Amino acid sequence: MASELRLSRAKLAAPFARRVEELSGENPYACYQCGKCSAGCPFADHMDALPNQVLRLVQLGDEAALSLSAPWVCASCHACGVRCPKGVDIARTMEALRVLALRRGITPTPVRPDRPYPQIALIGAYRKLTP
Amino acid sequence: MKTLAYFPGCALKDQARADENGTLAALARLGYEVREIPRWNCCGTVYSLAQDDLMRHVGPVRNLLRVQGMGEGRVLTLCAMCYGTLSRSARFVEDPERLRRINAFLAPDAYNGGVEVVHLLTLLRDEVGYERLAAQVKRELNGLKVAAYYGCVLLRPREYAVDDPDGPTVMERVVEALGGGAVPFPERMECCGAYLTVTQKGVVEGRVGRLLRSARAGGADVVVTTCPLCQFNLEERRPAGAPALPVLYLGQLLAWALGADEPAVGAAITGISSGVRHG
Amino acid sequence: MDEVTVFIMGKGYRVPAGLTIMKAMEYAGYRLTRGCGCRGGYCGACATVYRLRGDYKLYADLACQTTVQDGMYIAQLPFTPAERPAYRLEELRAEGQTLLSLFPELARCVACNTCTKACPQKLEVMDAVQASLRGDIPGVAELTFDCVSCGLCTMRCPAEISHHHVWQLARRLNGAYLTPRAPHVAQRVAEVEGGKFRAELDRLMAMGKEELVAAYKARDIEP
Repeated sequence: MASELRLSRAKLAAPFARRVEELSGENPYACYQCGKCSAGCPFADHMDALPNQVLRLVQLGDEAALSLSAPWVCASCHACGVRCPKGVDIARTMEALRVLALRRGITPTPVRPDRPYPQIALIGAYRKLTP
Repeated sequence: MKTLAYFPGCALKDQARADENGTLAALARLGYEVREIPRWNCCGTVYSLAQDDLMRHVGPVRNLLRVQGMGEGRVLTLCAMCYGTLSRSARFVEDPERLRRINAFLAPDAYNGGVEVVHLLTLLRDEVGYERLAAQVKRELNGLKVAAYYGCVLLRPREYAVDDPDGPTVMERVVEALGGGAVPFPERMECCGAYLTVTQKGVVEGRVGRLLRSARAGGADVVVTTCPLCQFNLEERRPAGAPALPVLYLGQLLAWALGADEPAVGAAITGISSGVRHG
Repeated sequence: MDEVTVFIMGKGYRVPAGLTIMKAMEYAGYRLTRGCGCRGGYCGACATVYRLRGDYKLYADLACQTTVQDGMYIAQLPFTPAERPAYRLEELRAEGQTLLSLFPELARCVACNTCTKACPQKLEVMDAVQASLRGDIPGVAELTFDCVSCGLCTMRCPAEISHHHVWQLARRLNGAYLTPRAPHVAQRVAEVEGGKFRAELDRLMAMGKEELVAAYKARDIEP
């Protein structure tokens, strides 16, 4: 994740944040970066950007959010959403990012089963991780 | 006898057969005539969170339509994932515009809305009741120390939680009604890694290690779950060195305690009382 | 002669009413070397999609079994690319996850039922996908017994499942492992192997052509 923040009018007016908002049904601007979501995320250790940082990129209209690993490590457990003091269900924002990426042909974690898996595992993986 | 429409789901017909067998045997003893819904299809296992992804709701709604066709107003699920998708899709199509669009696709069938999706745990708490359940016990669990594992879908999102999402007690109360002992299990509401098991094994192993160590630290002999995906991960993604606790379905515990044949629970109790410790 | 106008791959033709799509294509001058087999609705080679003017629906049917209608827009699908992994039946077991482990994309089914709507054999295709998913091999075999492998469901499937290959495997597993053995068949095989028909076969093999024709004409025929 970039350590330097470069803001521009163009970025802030870009349709990206609106699109994520539409797809997720969650208002990214409600987030005030308290970090509770990231503190409670059981997968944060494996993410290249913490959940609150992902939301920040969305707020800034930065499409770099689409090339992060974070949405693909998120397992939609909703631990973030139930503890968010602003009621942002961040799992939905993560889903919107996955969906946007998948629809653009970005598939960082393709499903190639290496052994027999129960239905419940494969169905979940295909639905969340393949276009 | 009370009739009850029942949605099994794929796992209950295969990997989690023991859960279905056990629960149905127990429900028969509790006075329920369980009727499997005809021609059911997969629930989708994961609920679609994207606002425009209507197609992912067709499967769950088709199942609700079958329940409607049976003349029933509610449907029972045992699997936590099925509960999650069905209950959330049922709520999703309470919006008339969404329902209209899905029905346009399902035509000539049409779902009218209003089917209630209940999970086994809420049925046991709200309708059977802990006292009545305890009164039906034929074979005590002999104080079997149980880590009641909720995972995600039973408790989150908040609107669909089967119990208080910050401090649930229903599974512990059921275990205690059956004569078992529920142990402290701080990680009981944490995710096991779910479907990431297919693509990111290491991530899931890390989760499972933490869960099992937390359960063992509380003194558990077994972990009990209602989710076949949690069950799979806890058994198949256990990292080296993590305690090898047996992972049972709630249905297996119910069946044993209510006097139905359930060898896995018997073996767990015998293993523990004869001093054989797993892991 | 009553005629209708049909559009074959975008070009209009006047053809006699009452022809099948396949015959209409030949009438229009197409020479079918692919996408045409038994002409009797069994082989599944002549999968065809069409639309009717003023109707949103995309119809799917067999060209040899479907009569042309005025204003029909027709495209043939002589071949459906479909994925079938190599397997050895004798190494497989007829159990819950066998179909799913070879065809994991079954797990992508969203229960939209588009496959069922596309099936010219009027099979309950989605029910068969669901039965495959939950490992009900006899159920799949039963539901797909009349599949002609035309591939129309496969072309319409948003989950990109290769249906007919799954069905074939399910029927093979069902036949090899789950269907009860028929004792009378085993008994007859033993008789054949024991030489019960040897003498009669030798006699036939030794016959000249005329004698063979006479014997053929005089054979016992089941009523």
